[in-house]
Amino acid sequence: MPDLGKYADAVLSAYGVSSLLLLLLVIFTLRKGRAARQALEDVEKRSKTNG
Amino acid sequence: MKALLIRDLKLAFRAGGGFGLGLAFFLIVTVLVPFGVGPQSELLARIASGILWLGALLACLLSLDRLLALDWEDGTLDLLATSPLPLEAALSTKALAHWLTTGLPLVLASPVLGILLNLPGAGYFWLVISLLLGTPALSVIGIFGAALTVGVKRGGLLLSLLVLPLYVPTLIFGAEAARRGAAELDPTTPLLMLAGITAGTIAVMPFASAAALRVNLR
Amino acid sequence: MSLWEYANPVRFLNLSARVLPVFWGLAVACLIVGLIWGFFFTPDDFRQGSTVKIIYLHVPSAMMAINAWVMMLVASLIWLVRRHHVSALAAKAAAPVGVVMTLIALFTGAIWGQPMWGTWWAWDPRLTSFLILFLFYLGYIALWEAIEDPDTAADLTSVLCLVGSVFAVLSRYAVNFWNQGLHQGASLSLDKEENVADVFYIPLLVCIAGFVLLFIALVLYRTGTEIRLRRTRALQAREGRA
Repeated sequence: MPDLGKYADAVLSAYGVSSLLLLLLVIFTLRKGRAARQALEDVEKRSKTNG
Repeated sequence: MKALLIRDLKLAFRAGGGFGLGLAFFLIVTVLVPFGVGPQSELLARIASGILWLGALLACLLSLDRLLALDWEDGTLDLLATSPLPLEAALSTKALAHWLTTGLPLVLASPVLGILLNLPGAGYFWLVISLLLGTPALSVIGIFGAALTVGVKRGGLLLSLLVLPLYVPTLIFGAEAARRGAAELDPTTPLLMLAGITAGTIAVMPFASAAALRVNLR
Repeated sequence: MSLWEYANPVRFLNLSARVLPVFWGLAVACLIVGLIWGFFFTPDDFRQGSTVKIIYLHVPSAMMAINAWVMMLVASLIWLVRRHHVSALAAKAAAPVGVVMTLIALFTGAIWGQPMWGTWWAWDPRLTSFLILFLFYLGYIALWEAIEDPDTAADLTSVLCLVGSVFAVLSRYAVNFWNQGLHQGASLSLDKEENVADVFYIPLLVCIAGFVLLFIALVLYRTGTEIRLRRTRALQAREGRA
């Protein structure tokens, strides 16, 4: 851990906020993508069995 | 074109046309500001031109969602789209009608409200000039927002969200010109920029509005 | 074989399935290397102390906030001219990424501004422009959400993106003018590009590369999601009719 001096709060919170936002973005993206894939597979399976 | 203009004006002046609403809103905003910031007259004098510009802008915004919505509901817009008049011209005419019924009254009322806010004597002329130059741009940009959201049910809030960022340059230059006028500085540069923006939007925005409206009428 | 081949959604999905792992991997690698390098192994600036480390987040995210809008503008133009659905969906997919980048730039800027300028927020031209850009992003996303018919939504948002770009540039100049008019001589330059030493510069480049790659990966993935969502809807509509 580097010595951040008196600005430790600023630097750490900047890194914290940014990584949190990026992480949330990635998680939401992946979750939505997975749901979309699943939904499409379901519908395609149904349309095949129905003829 | 003339017929459309006269029709729009008549509709606006008729009962329920909402002609006075913008003005009343402008008045109320101006009256409320001193309640919010306190009654010190020197503070009010300093921010008066900005408040008046902001009030005019909001009053203009308020009247936008009925700009096309009523004509959309009763099918007038479909008729306009199939008429020999190009849609761009029809929308320019409607913007002109909107300006005559909303923008112009605001410009005329602004000196009276300026008294309420203790606007310095040098400011009145430049306030009126800057509003006169700026409000046409507000109407033309507004009709673009109205054309974008005309198909959306209860699109009023969305309309504000879309249009307000587009108002930023007009507001900055307009309020800056009025502020400099009130502070007895030279307002030429912001006035020229404001005039440029207005001229540019009048020339270009009707095409964008017509394109958006055609998509909605498809 | 031209670039336009990938306007076909199936081809696009196949391609993105092949290249996505590469982009994800490179993005994560660059970000980890760049940020760890920046955070642990760069010296403090003699004037700014350790706050200079914020640059590794602030500059790349600010760049991507603007680049994302430019990418949306190009995609919108392609949609309006050539009517490729993938293009419209890519623009839609990029908008939330752009919003997050703008937010990161604003937050890190505020956190950096607090110790350096003594204030979280100053109506500096650059800061103000970013705030306006954020509003444009919000309007764009709101318009996508509000309109049900996907083609209408794509058309209208594209028009909005074009008009918005013009006004965003106008606002940038207006804001520059306005602030000079407000406080003469007070200049807060965020642009450290010229005076950044190599020690800071190379990890910064790695971080920028990481953000670019992450953006590409996210947009490719999200575009794929949008394509699948639309196909699902089309199939469901067909089921409803049958």
